[in-house]
Amino acid sequence: MRRRLPRAAAMPLLFAGALVLVLSVFSIVGCQKMQRRLHESTPATALPAWSPGSQLHAGVQPTPLPVKNPYEGSSYAMSEGQRLFEWYNCAGCHFRGGGGIGPALMDRVWIYGDDPASLYSTIVGGRPNGMPAWRGKIPDYQVWQLVTYVEAMRAGRGIAAPPGPRQEHLQAGEGKISR
Amino acid sequence: MRRVFAVLLLPAALCAAAGCRYVTLDRATPQADAITDMHWLMFWVLGAVFALVLAALAIAVSRRSRAPIAGGKDPRFFAVAAATGVTCAILLLLLVASVVTGRAVSTPPEANALDIAITGHQWWWEVRYPAAVADDEVLTANEIHVPVGRSVRLHLASTDVIHSFWAPNLNGKKDLIPGRSTGMTFRVLRAGTYEGRCAEFCGYQHAHMGFRVVAEPPSEFEAWLESQRLPAAEPGDAARVHGHEVFLAGPCVNCHAIRGAGAFGRKGPDLTHLASRSTIAAATLPNTTGHLAGWIADSQRIKPGNRMPPNVLPSGDLLDLVAYLRSLR
Amino acid sequence: MSSPARTDPRESERPTAASEKECAELAHTWRERTGTLGLLFSVDHKTIAKRYIVTAFVFFLLGGLEAAAMRLQLARPEGRFLNPDLYDQVFTMHGTTMMFFFAVPVMLGIGLYLVPLMVGTRNVPFPRLNAVGYWFYLAGGLLLYGTFFANRGPDAGWFAYVPLSGNAYSSGHGMDAWVQIINFTEVSALIVAGSLIVTAFKQRAPGMSLDRIPLFVWAILVTMIMIVFAMPAVIFAAGSLNSDRSLGTHFFNPAEGGDALLWQHAFWFFGHPEVYIIFLPALGMVSSILSAACRRPIFGYTAMVLALVATAFLGFGLWVHHMFAVGLPQMGEAFFTAASMMIAIPTGVQFFCWIATLWGSRPRFEPPLVFVLGFFFTFLIGGLTGVMLASVPVDLQVHDTYFVVAHFHYVLIGGALFPLFGGIYHWFPKVTGRLLNRTLGFWNFALLFVGFNLTFFPMHELGFHGMPRRIYTYGPDKGWNGLNLAASIGAAILGVAVLLFLINVVHSLRHGARAGDDPWGAESLEWATSSPPPVYNFARIPIVASRSPLWDPEGLGAVTGLPTDKRLLLVSDPLDAEPSHREEVPGPSVNPFLISVTMSLGLIGSVFWLWWAVIGAVASAPMAFLWYWTEEDR
Repeated sequence: MRRRLPRAAAMPLLFAGALVLVLSVFSIVGCQKMQRRLHESTPATALPAWSPGSQLHAGVQPTPLPVKNPYEGSSYAMSEGQRLFEWYNCAGCHFRGGGGIGPALMDRVWIYGDDPASLYSTIVGGRPNGMPAWRGKIPDYQVWQLVTYVEAMRAGRGIAAPPGPRQEHLQAGEGKISR
Repeated sequence: MRRVFAVLLLPAALCAAAGCRYVTLDRATPQADAITDMHWLMFWVLGAVFALVLAALAIAVSRRSRAPIAGGKDPRFFAVAAATGVTCAILLLLLVASVVTGRAVSTPPEANALDIAITGHQWWWEVRYPAAVADDEVLTANEIHVPVGRSVRLHLASTDVIHSFWAPNLNGKKDLIPGRSTGMTFRVLRAGTYEGRCAEFCGYQHAHMGFRVVAEPPSEFEAWLESQRLPAAEPGDAARVHGHEVFLAGPCVNCHAIRGAGAFGRKGPDLTHLASRSTIAAATLPNTTGHLAGWIADSQRIKPGNRMPPNVLPSGDLLDLVAYLRSLR
Repeated sequence: MSSPARTDPRESERPTAASEKECAELAHTWRERTGTLGLLFSVDHKTIAKRYIVTAFVFFLLGGLEAAAMRLQLARPEGRFLNPDLYDQVFTMHGTTMMFFFAVPVMLGIGLYLVPLMVGTRNVPFPRLNAVGYWFYLAGGLLLYGTFFANRGPDAGWFAYVPLSGNAYSSGHGMDAWVQIINFTEVSALIVAGSLIVTAFKQRAPGMSLDRIPLFVWAILVTMIMIVFAMPAVIFAAGSLNSDRSLGTHFFNPAEGGDALLWQHAFWFFGHPEVYIIFLPALGMVSSILSAACRRPIFGYTAMVLALVATAFLGFGLWVHHMFAVGLPQMGEAFFTAASMMIAIPTGVQFFCWIATLWGSRPRFEPPLVFVLGFFFTFLIGGLTGVMLASVPVDLQVHDTYFVVAHFHYVLIGGALFPLFGGIYHWFPKVTGRLLNRTLGFWNFALLFVGFNLTFFPMHELGFHGMPRRIYTYGPDKGWNGLNLAASIGAAILGVAVLLFLINVVHSLRHGARAGDDPWGAESLEWATSSPPPVYNFARIPIVASRSPLWDPEGLGAVTGLPTDKRLLLVSDPLDAEPSHREEVPGPSVNPFLISVTMSLGLIGSVFWLWWAVIGAVASAPMAFLWYWTEEDR
């Protein structure tokens, strides 16, 4: 006689099956995305110290170096970049992206290139007109975190969390007094 | 009253004899004293309650006879009413004791109290001794020196998330809340070095955010304070000079300050007198050459997620840098 | 081996029996849809309740695995099993799972199953809304575990203190998901609360006046009212945090005029009643089990009811005891010390009444009673350490240490889990028609008791040794090694105990001894129908003449003359349960499932892209329209 599954078992089994399916999907998808690497080594950079400011070259066009931001889409890297933006006083010239002494980072004017590789070499190698070269002063992985944050500042980039005001500037002792 | 409490200390004495390290009950201040006394009062009273209730339960479960309920009020009514009354009385007693103890713990500091400003960061403690003259201010990290016998008033603040300052031997804990000022007062009666730690979850390295409180005789404390006011020691030999150059050339200056040596970073601990501290990395590691070198080379292996990046340095540079830092007494 | 107190009466001898024809008509009127797809149409409270309970147990197992991972990591100093990122996710998931996805839903499920039976009605008054509650709960669980399995789970603790849980320090989907699941779980709790409050007040069997309501129903009723007041607080808190994270508001940002402490107040205003929401149904279960085991009504009914109400009321005035370290004024703190100590009084009254019930009663030692005795022991310890924590000076030393971890596990496991297991052993026969194995039950208890105490008692000491909470590792020189190892070994034993329970359940479902209507000889109405009850609960609505209807010498009356061709509920007066009118309720429908899908998609999607909230809302509108489209189920 064919044994039918008792009705009472059907719902829990269905539920368990759905759970396994959904979690497997998430596990596979999540393997790559948004890894939060707490322990970063400092690999040697693959980029040259300087990348061209314009597309015009004498002679044969050099092949562009395809360098990807290793933290692309990582919200942890973006929030670390936000912190480092304050710590290394990028805000001193670029303010909170609106620009001041330095150019605005939130607009679409990027005379030295706005792709991740160009941003990286801007930070690492500096640029004419006052951008200091931070090579040796900021580790590689932190430069990429800053790149991630700068990219997030521009509208239309789908990074997880929007930048918000940080409390670094909050003076100790300000605000309400408790016992 | 205190003699009664002294009797209650018997378990604590037994514990100490057995080698227990009941840090919270090993008091070094009148504040911790009062708390420990309150604890033992509650322990014994509530322990007795526990024993009585369990005894009643055991008897209830094992009684064989089923007494018929005769006319008149069920005798169980009186038992329950009496037990409830006793419960109320005990709780009232404990409430009064608690409030009295609370007042004893928060006695205002004396007039000549020492003020110390402590700012919590992820995951280290900034310690500042304010002074009338800016040059006399002392800034250090993760190690607090206090004079024995004098009231200390801590001003607690945080720049990022909520932390909690807790030195179990000295007093209860107090949270450091961004946007608010909190404070704590205590007076250490016994010289020694006391451990402390952060007691409010503050992120990845909450587990490794400790500090030390060094209580020393007033003269030694004043000497320490004086030495902390001085600028950094000049590098004495070629290796240390080179180490100083490595410090200035690398990323260290972005975050760390060494007063009088050209480094002005305020994001990480002040290193002017690093070698005078007994621990590094917020009381995670002893302050030795090896540990310091390992910490500089790759702090992320020791405290993954902490704010200090790894530093890949040629070994000569690293050794000279460590030699220089170890000379900053 | 004691035999059941009452042999299975034949259908016609049951007090609420009716003719075969009537029963067949009722079965047809109240029928559920068959087939796999029919599972999506369910509106029977018993089916939905069983789903809540089974799903909650799945989450219990997941939470237990998280606990096992933590204990593995902490068994030795400087363990390398979990890095801090993963450890933070694991302990957040453990707390969130246990509190939001296991403890409250399992109590909701048991209440949902038993309350309509205990008050003598056929279903809850809003059957389709009830179904929505379950689907919402399930969706929340899938969201939470989805992010966790993607290695991006919430990691700021189940209590999510700001600013750590805000955008700046916890970026990413983990905490966004966490704030969303609050909506799912708490809305589902509110739905069940609404259903059961109305059931308990308006659908009681004729004659069941307020002073004849079973203590379990009182416990559930009081709990549901607590839910109505507590859940909105956390929905507000989580909603504000969500708004801060997604929309750039500054509720909790002190740099812009917000307040980090506002979160703590709002969360703990919910958080403290939450633990009483978990605890009070367990007290109700203890009363049911004890009265059956002692074959006596619980002593001091009025005192017991007043104690439940007082506990609920006082439970809303305690929340600041979670915040004694933030620097509030002493006078305010003293008020909360007083309230936190005072709440021991009604619980004490309950304890004394139970002891009085047991006194001289020669109780039958079956697994339910043994679990209740375990509850007495463990909850007593937990309650007394709670009185210690109520004192501000002592709390300032042991707050945020393992002493507190020990305390709340003693009151939660002792106060809720032991009675829950006892309740499952007690009511399993009613739900499934089979008894759980007695020997396995005793072993289950023994291992649970030993494992639990070995795990959590050393934590009291660890707190005094200075070990704070929520640390992923500790140094070898702190003196915490031995106690942590003991706790981890205890956790392993706990795991075996739970495994034994699962084995017992699976085995007994197929091979357990058949239970009759009333294997324990208990007093309340759920035992007056078959095991398991038919979909319509009672062939005839019973009439009640005392507090212990099944022990009445005159037997149980029954209501006759109600039509059996429509889904009718008998509505009665809240005070005296005088029947007042009949209410028709809807039958199986897929609309609850559909609207849950659209709303869940909207809320879950909004974690990733805000516009999903709008899409979900727009998609839900036709679903709501479909729902309200009047359609009689014949």
